[in-house]
Amino acid sequence: MNIIVLVKQVPDTSEVKINRETNTLIRDGVPSIINPFDLYALEEALRLREQHGGKVTAVTMGPPQAAEALKEAVAMGVDEVVLFSDRAFAGADTWATSYTLAQGIKKIGSYDLVIAGKQAIDGDTAQVGPETADMLGIPFIAYIKKITAIADGKMTVERMMDDGYDVVESSLPALITVVKEINQPRLPSLKGKMKAKSLKVTTLTAKDIGADENMLGLKGSPTKVVRIFPPAPRGQREILSGTIEQQVEQVVKKLKEQSLI
Amino acid sequence: MFHDETCIMDPASFINKELPVSVQVISNTCTGCETCVSACPFGAIEMRDGKAFITESCTLCGACIEACEFKAIERTGEEAVAAAKDLSAFKGVWVFAEQHKGGISSVALELLGEGRKLADKRHAKLSAVFIGHGIKDKAKDLIAYGADVVYLADDPALKDFNDDSYSAVLTTLATLHKPEIILAGATAIGRSFIPKVAAKLYTGLTADCTVLDIDPETGNLHQTRPAFGGNIMATIVSPNHRPQMATVRHKVMKPAPRNDARTGDIIDVKFAQTGAVRTRVIKTVEELGETVNICEANIIVAGGRGMGGVKNFHLLEELAKVLGGAVAATRGAVDEGWIPYSHQVGQTGKTVCPKLYIACGISGAIQHVAGMQSSDVIVAINKDPDAPIFSVATYGIVGDVLEVLPAMIKKFKEIRG
Repeated sequence: MNIIVLVKQVPDTSEVKINRETNTLIRDGVPSIINPFDLYALEEALRLREQHGGKVTAVTMGPPQAAEALKEAVAMGVDEVVLFSDRAFAGADTWATSYTLAQGIKKIGSYDLVIAGKQAIDGDTAQVGPETADMLGIPFIAYIKKITAIADGKMTVERMMDDGYDVVESSLPALITVVKEINQPRLPSLKGKMKAKSLKVTTLTAKDIGADENMLGLKGSPTKVVRIFPPAPRGQREILSGTIEQQVEQVVKKLKEQSLI
Repeated sequence: MFHDETCIMDPASFINKELPVSVQVISNTCTGCETCVSACPFGAIEMRDGKAFITESCTLCGACIEACEFKAIERTGEEAVAAAKDLSAFKGVWVFAEQHKGGISSVALELLGEGRKLADKRHAKLSAVFIGHGIKDKAKDLIAYGADVVYLADDPALKDFNDDSYSAVLTTLATLHKPEIILAGATAIGRSFIPKVAAKLYTGLTADCTVLDIDPETGNLHQTRPAFGGNIMATIVSPNHRPQMATVRHKVMKPAPRNDARTGDIIDVKFAQTGAVRTRVIKTVEELGETVNICEANIIVAGGRGMGGVKNFHLLEELAKVLGGAVAATRGAVDEGWIPYSHQVGQTGKTVCPKLYIACGISGAIQHVAGMQSSDVIVAINKDPDAPIFSVATYGIVGDVLEVLPAMIKKFKEIRG
């Protein structure tokens, strides 16, 4: 079975800090990583290949340096990678990103399953998966914690819900997004790293994927960011002191005053 | 209603040709001071020949326009774009009213409260889209909470949540009636199928908004949301596309008080399955059982690795029980296997905003803080006075959580009698 995995290169948000004087993100020295949720998607694809045979292709949309994320995927064991990169893609929101990915996937050709992480940690929107599925015209199922069966053009999965999970059956091809419960991603192998090192990443441009330029990048994006600002600092903070009994007493009194309890 | 699951609308049919909008540097006025270079949150400005140059990484956020003391950066093309579009055909505010087994989700009532305010500012109607089976008698409740119109799609085929059928209903209704705004809960269901609706309608969707405001003149919805793990807030608009779509988490908005004297229209929506059913729910398993969904809880008692082991989690449960709250945990505690993943708060778990969050033995890693920092009041208990959790705490108790919790439980029990 042929599987396509959507990956994204993101800044490690745990390393992002705000300069409180200029109210801007400090990006210097912030490492770029594969979106952590995408590692679960890659792992699941590799496991499915081990069980059912076939091929795993990792794709991403991004600037030329996003090829690094694809090389990491190769080091983990994926067979092929494709980078969608073009100046026309810059500034894309989730709609234009999904359009680009959908066009690119159509170009790559036949596949049985597309897997992505549940969301990317920089934007946290969780929108590109479902939007891409819709543009590909294939079923979408979010928050998969387990693939229980795949056979005869169908699969059965467990989908996390707010209060438990659903067992869902879907026809293939389909696009799913996965949560961290699904597996434990493997580390890159030495052999994989060697392969990644010498790899020349295939790059497709807007023209290559037959995209309508009006639907790409900033121009094709319905949403526009009009303002960026730091979150309001939390109100007054009070670190209490005294014995534990005294501190507990003070907190309970304050919560009671605010009718919180 | 016509519904064909194999028929996916071609996004190209929705396209509106746009005039380009850009942010430009007026080179005569630019002094080369480089203030804008450091002000740009996206690293999109470079110095070329002693002048600022805006690269293609620009997202049009406008931070540089505000930062430039010399008014040497301007936004161009916007007026031309606005004039080229007729957005006036889109009217009214819609709320996707999520339900579970016929019970209206609390986030739906909160969105009706917020939607009412937005609709009133635009002198427009507020409508609820209510999808499920056996839910007819609940439709009037949506009116009592602020809706003027309820689109009721009640059909056995809609009993279980299904991305295809739910998005088909909402997309078809929105295409027919052209709402200006569609709001939905940022729940597992909302985050799953709402993007499909936005994809089909070729319109903007903003996830997890914390503040919504409308420009009474243009009707532009100013949608503010956290990004970069809560490190930064962004305000987003979809100036040239309608409907404007946004999801909002539980507890962020306030419901309007119930008013049974309110009147409104309930419109029956027929659902017809014409295409093949591509996905179906075989079984639904509820894991939380008796306990409260942490997203909906007003009070959360959360534990981290500092709890020292699963043997001490009963303290969290006991405190939660006394307060009528829910138990949550950090990724660390979940990874240790002390509590199921459905209780995890943080970037890889759920985002919560209860009225009261009691963080017990939690150090305050940024990934956890991202999931709970919008709580109204945060009480942190940690024996390390330098733990980062204290920087977001409203009240901090410095002490061993295994001593503090029993004292707290005792005290609350006294109060509650």
